[in-house]
Amino acid sequence: MKKKFRYLNHTADAKFQAFGRNLEEAFANAALATASLMWNPEKVGPNVSYPVAVEGRDLEQILVRFLEEIVYFFETKGFLLHSTEDLRVEKTPDGYRLRGVFRGDHHSADHALFGEVKAVTYNEIKVETGEGVTLQVVLDI
Amino acid sequence: MELRKINDLTWEIPKAGPMRVPATIYASSRLLEGVKRDLTLQQAKNVACLPGIQRMSYVMPDAHQGYGFPIGGVAAFDLEEGIISPGGVGYDINCGVRLLRTDFAEKDVTAKRKELLAEIFKEVPAGVGKGGITKLSRGVLRDILTKGAEWAVENGFGTSDDLVMTEENGRMKDADPAHVSERALERGIPQLGTLGAGNHFLEIQKVAAIYDPATARVFGIEAEGQIMVMIHCGSRGLGHQVASDYIELMENTFGTKGLPDRELIHAPIRSPLGRQYYEAMCSAVNYAFANRQMIAHWVRDVFAKVLGTSNGMRQVYDVCHNVAKFEKHLIDGRVREVCLHRKGATRSFGPGRPEIPPVYRSSGQPVIIPGSMGTASYLLVGTEAAEDLSFSSTAHGAGRVMSRHEALRRFRGEQIRDELLQKGIELRSSSWKGVAEEASAAYKDVEEVVRVSHEVGIGKMVARLAPLGVMKG
Repeated sequence: MKKKFRYLNHTADAKFQAFGRNLEEAFANAALATASLMWNPEKVGPNVSYPVAVEGRDLEQILVRFLEEIVYFFETKGFLLHSTEDLRVEKTPDGYRLRGVFRGDHHSADHALFGEVKAVTYNEIKVETGEGVTLQVVLDI
Repeated sequence: MELRKINDLTWEIPKAGPMRVPATIYASSRLLEGVKRDLTLQQAKNVACLPGIQRMSYVMPDAHQGYGFPIGGVAAFDLEEGIISPGGVGYDINCGVRLLRTDFAEKDVTAKRKELLAEIFKEVPAGVGKGGITKLSRGVLRDILTKGAEWAVENGFGTSDDLVMTEENGRMKDADPAHVSERALERGIPQLGTLGAGNHFLEIQKVAAIYDPATARVFGIEAEGQIMVMIHCGSRGLGHQVASDYIELMENTFGTKGLPDRELIHAPIRSPLGRQYYEAMCSAVNYAFANRQMIAHWVRDVFAKVLGTSNGMRQVYDVCHNVAKFEKHLIDGRVREVCLHRKGATRSFGPGRPEIPPVYRSSGQPVIIPGSMGTASYLLVGTEAAEDLSFSSTAHGAGRVMSRHEALRRFRGEQIRDELLQKGIELRSSSWKGVAEEASAAYKDVEEVVRVSHEVGIGKMVARLAPLGVMKG
């Protein structure tokens, strides 16, 4: 199976590339790459769902906003992401919209937390579409 | 890229192409080698192209690659033609350092340091996902964003003497919480009074060396072995969200065309959006001041409980190292107000500046430079020379040289704990992985950074502070 994402070397922060056959798959893998810096998504049960919807002027902006939702849900609801479902990226008159569902669970003593993502940045951000999709993001940690 | 040597510790990227001013880098040849390995110099050059930049794009000795602006970047912008940029402040708005002096000597603390650290670990929430003690209403949070550390003192955390010994007296007066988003408030509510994770820490230290006894005395340091407490943290999720919000708003208002890096997005200082960002940023600065004020109060409580008294635990100073401010500086022979961005840089005002506490007005302000985990930290003093050299700014810490990923591959948290213990340093952390990521080998040599600051003259060495107990988030 093809790798879902990989971390690249970055002096101060976390930089990753996420891959997919289409935008939706690459976005789902980018979500896993982000969550994996804070907890192990495989060790979180898919017991709770939250709908997610973001809009932006371009693909880079919806990517940043989408990943920020993971940090926001964690900090304000104690929600740990296991996976995403039903992601759909659509063109709108002003740019793009992404909709889907976060699956995961609320934080409890069973879950080990090991890192903090402060923010999702536009630094060196890339959305490359062609044969497949490659996303590149630097997270401020 | 052309890099001209001015002297052993000063390098210049001459003005070329779209650069409006040259860039100056303060570094020894060893530090420069590190800087050349990442994008720091390119980023300093990009900053030099921004509208209204004055005199020079400066790079401090501990600089490393950031987003948009380098970490360790200092830039001043004209108030009419200039810009303000969230990327020139950073995501952790008012990340900063507070230093307390005590009347205790090392011998008073040696036997009790484990207990002290354990109690502090209990009292001060730290680590990923650790909430604060108080469930705040939005009304109270807005009050905190308006008043900063003043709110904390009014509510029983510390004394008004602490406020005098805080940059801006612990309150940026232009704060307006109306420009802070609902989302940022939501992130701020559970985190007030928490240390956070990453490179943030709290240390019990001893004075290990005094280089300038007269200034040290002014700062409350009398002898080697004297116990000090250092607190390094910022504005948590609230500040991060303010930065993200305004980057997006500025992109949507001004577009990203022509930017070499989207994180360089900015707004004219005189534009409504530029002003709103500034007032929201001031609110986040105040949140961080209140945060450090509360944490310092709890530390005093613990000392009183474990050692019988917290008398003499006075605040030396509290400095911000991620901030934009309106300051007066001497440019082309006249004093002008500019919008000064310090991102991973510490203000270093020399004697006479009215902004610094009266007791420091003849010495210059204390400059607090935290080292990496388990190494030494330094207390410096601001200089008059820094005005001309760096808009009164110097370094803010050690600066990373190794990625967290690489650090995790090389080090284990438990092993670092054991090594520190052999050196007599107690360590408490909520995450061994976090400890490994912050291994001191992943950082620049803080001694080299401080030496460059001292020799260039942008911040002079006063004392060296060695850790006895480290609490990491």
